[in-house]
Amino acid sequence: MAYFKITDLTKRFGGVLALEGVDMEVEKGQVYAIIGPNGAGKTTLFNCVSRVYSPDEGAILFKDKDLLKLRPHQIARQGIARTFQNIELFTNATVLDNIFLGRYMYKKSSVLSEAFFTPWVKDQELKARRKVEEIIDFLDLQAYRDERISSLSFGIQKIVELGRALALDPELLLLDEPSSGLNPEESQDLCFWIEDIKEDLGITIMLVEHDMRFVMQVSDAITALDFGRVIAQGHPREVQGDPEVIKAYLGEENGATP
Amino acid sequence: MFLQQIASGLALGCVYALIALGFVLIYKATEVVNFAQGEFMMLGAFVALSLMTGAKLPFFLTIFLAVMIMGVFGMVLERMVMRRLVGEPIFALVMFTIGLSIFLRSIAGMVWSTDTFKFPTVFGKSFTQIGSVTISSMDILVVSITAALVIILYLFFKFTDIGIAMEATSQNQFASFLMGISVERVFNLIWAISAMVAAVAGILLAPILFIHKDMGFIGLKAFPAAVLGGFGSIPGAIVGGLIIGLSENLAGVFLPAWVKDVFAYIILIAVLMVRPEGIFGIQEKKRV
Amino acid sequence: MRFKLKKSYVEDLRLFEYRSSLMWYLALLAFLAVFPFFAGTYWVYNFMLAGIYSIVALGLNILTGYTGQISLGHAAFYAIGAYTTGFLTTKLGCTFWLALPLAGMAAALIGLIVGIPALRLTGIYLAIATMGFAFIIDQVILEWKYVTNGTNGLIVDRPTLGPISFNSDQAYYYVILLFVVLFVWITKNFERSPTGRAFIAVRDSEVAAQTMGISLAKVKTTAFAISAFYTGFAGGLFAPLINFIGPDNFSIMESINFIVIIIVGGIGSVHGSIFGAIFMTFLSEIIRLGKDVLPEAMQRMVGFQGAVYGLILMAFILFEPLGLYGRWLKIRFLFEVFPLYRRDTFRKKRKFYRSERSR
Repeated sequence: MAYFKITDLTKRFGGVLALEGVDMEVEKGQVYAIIGPNGAGKTTLFNCVSRVYSPDEGAILFKDKDLLKLRPHQIARQGIARTFQNIELFTNATVLDNIFLGRYMYKKSSVLSEAFFTPWVKDQELKARRKVEEIIDFLDLQAYRDERISSLSFGIQKIVELGRALALDPELLLLDEPSSGLNPEESQDLCFWIEDIKEDLGITIMLVEHDMRFVMQVSDAITALDFGRVIAQGHPREVQGDPEVIKAYLGEENGATP
Repeated sequence: MFLQQIASGLALGCVYALIALGFVLIYKATEVVNFAQGEFMMLGAFVALSLMTGAKLPFFLTIFLAVMIMGVFGMVLERMVMRRLVGEPIFALVMFTIGLSIFLRSIAGMVWSTDTFKFPTVFGKSFTQIGSVTISSMDILVVSITAALVIILYLFFKFTDIGIAMEATSQNQFASFLMGISVERVFNLIWAISAMVAAVAGILLAPILFIHKDMGFIGLKAFPAAVLGGFGSIPGAIVGGLIIGLSENLAGVFLPAWVKDVFAYIILIAVLMVRPEGIFGIQEKKRV
Repeated sequence: MRFKLKKSYVEDLRLFEYRSSLMWYLALLAFLAVFPFFAGTYWVYNFMLAGIYSIVALGLNILTGYTGQISLGHAAFYAIGAYTTGFLTTKLGCTFWLALPLAGMAAALIGLIVGIPALRLTGIYLAIATMGFAFIIDQVILEWKYVTNGTNGLIVDRPTLGPISFNSDQAYYYVILLFVVLFVWITKNFERSPTGRAFIAVRDSEVAAQTMGISLAKVKTTAFAISAFYTGFAGGLFAPLINFIGPDNFSIMESINFIVIIIVGGIGSVHGSIFGAIFMTFLSEIIRLGKDVLPEAMQRMVGFQGAVYGLILMAFILFEPLGLYGRWLKIRFLFEVFPLYRRDTFRKKRKFYRSERSR
């Protein structure tokens, strides 16, 4: 049985078919990229997985568990974390607090014990802090620990968001356009981190990406979408050479050339 | 009796609808929730009263002048104050207009004292008999003016350039700005229009109830009307106003007396439980 | 600027970052403890009122400041607390010390019930629904005469504890002081706990909060219940303070006053809650002081106080959205960096368009 499996996923917005019968299988330990032109339905796919949207048809199975039966906040508890295309950080909190929030679902303390901050709660917080610091060290965020998100540059915010997702200790990580808005150097760093996340932390990664160079560098398998349909699937080299994919990105060959 | 209550409920509902319309116009275009709308109405009524009893002007001239004066008031308010608050969080805007309402109420108390005034009505106490129902001429006037105003506003938004610009601004301020619409002028006008609508509401309400510095509190009942219809929807405001006016009057007949005063809110909460975005509202979801 | 070398993570969990700030707060506490010995009854009474408002403001801040849910109906929770204490002590002969926590719990229970429909509402819809809730509670107070005596109100006595009577203002002052300190401490505890962070997460991004495994329903109802508990508890303290409670004490203007307190003080901060409560309690004093410069005729006008109240609220939102606490931070910052302060450091960034219609 597949590790993560999407079958016949369909999502409509009014009359628009954002996703149409999408099938895909991700194996454990892969870096799986989803590519496609703007409006192809890539982010919609992620939003269906993290239950921001409810698809009209189809199934999403993670380790044989039907994700569509769950409420949005229960997805994280299955071991799935994600980042967002336009960054959804808690802007008025510090970097530390943002990453701390990734540890929220592991808390065992009740509201009452937190009200009195019992020694037990204190202990729990210190343990969480150690985990948070591991992530800060992993992503080289030491200098920004106490900064508010709103005062950070876009590139750093992206990394903080990655850190927050990692703090959930996920098995599957969904990255929505991780390299958009990053400069080449930051983008290269990200490549290495993705390798590290895959190799050292053993996390399966799905990513939506525009930058083909980036995709070719990191991914083990690719699905290409266009207008909500799967147009190519498989090994990066094959997908890159697929005529359908080239057509989707560059238009018809017999079209007017500039 | 039942029909009688419906008739007078309809008139009351129209006044609620007019106040709600004022809220909705401003909210739609500028995203400000104007808690001082009831006070605009109160000011309109007082201005008309002063013109009529103080300056002894004829009735229709009074109304015209009072509406114009309130229009200018709305414009000045927007230009001097509200413009500085564009882009502030909704919470700050709500509290600002609450502050404004307290301020206006106190000022009105200073200028016109805290007494209750009666508005001289042109129709006296004439009634029209339709079948078994007796309707006061005032009620008929209220309903017809409301209907006329709604039609005028509809045509305005549909066919005039500035009306279409307002519609565009309410959909997307930034895009409208880029399309060369003067968003500032649109805001300015919408505040003027809204204040004028409030003045009309005040003048219509004055003969039905009374004129007092605290009469703006009735605006708090128009809120359920606006929310019920879905904040930001013009037909919603009208329907919401009518629902509130009618049900309140009927509650006065069929339910214990004390329920009447809060019935608007009971309906509001009941509707919001089922449709959190109101009857005509559209729930927009943030895109991620 | 001060820099502190931190050697362990525990140091980040301390309530006072510097030893010197701990000393200042202890000094403040010592001052408050001896205050009734030299101050007149008038001041002691107003400090008690400010203390009660502080507890309400802390509670309202948890809901509005931290969790970002607007409530225009907090006077209802305040009323529930006050009437629960009043009813339990006068009609059922229950001791005040049991009635007080029960008052908080009754309000929290109603808060939970209000919180559930509030889950699906945001922004203005929530504000108006909570306002409607307060109106309904108002009517219930008028009509449920068995508990509330309707318009006649309830006479509530100051409590006793064994041989000690808290009948005098000076004695009751210490009861209130104790609870203010307790609630400040609890609020600070929430700030450094996962639940407090979850509040902020829900305020800043609901979508992201959900992907962190935070249940919006749970966090929002928790915030409502906690906030209502604080407010109900404060109401319970308020009833014996003024000895008499009637429906007039809990109008919509009281709800608005609570929000004005947190806006003037500074939204989402403990200091702000207390600054705001003190400022608004002594507002009439401040107005009286300012009045002397105005002409006679203006001073005597009815509604003068209301006008100033409205103006202060508007002025704070226009010029000092961070409230008194924000101003205090700016002044402190000015001294810390003294020659380097630039006027633009705290300049407000103007945004042309920010829609809150969709969250």
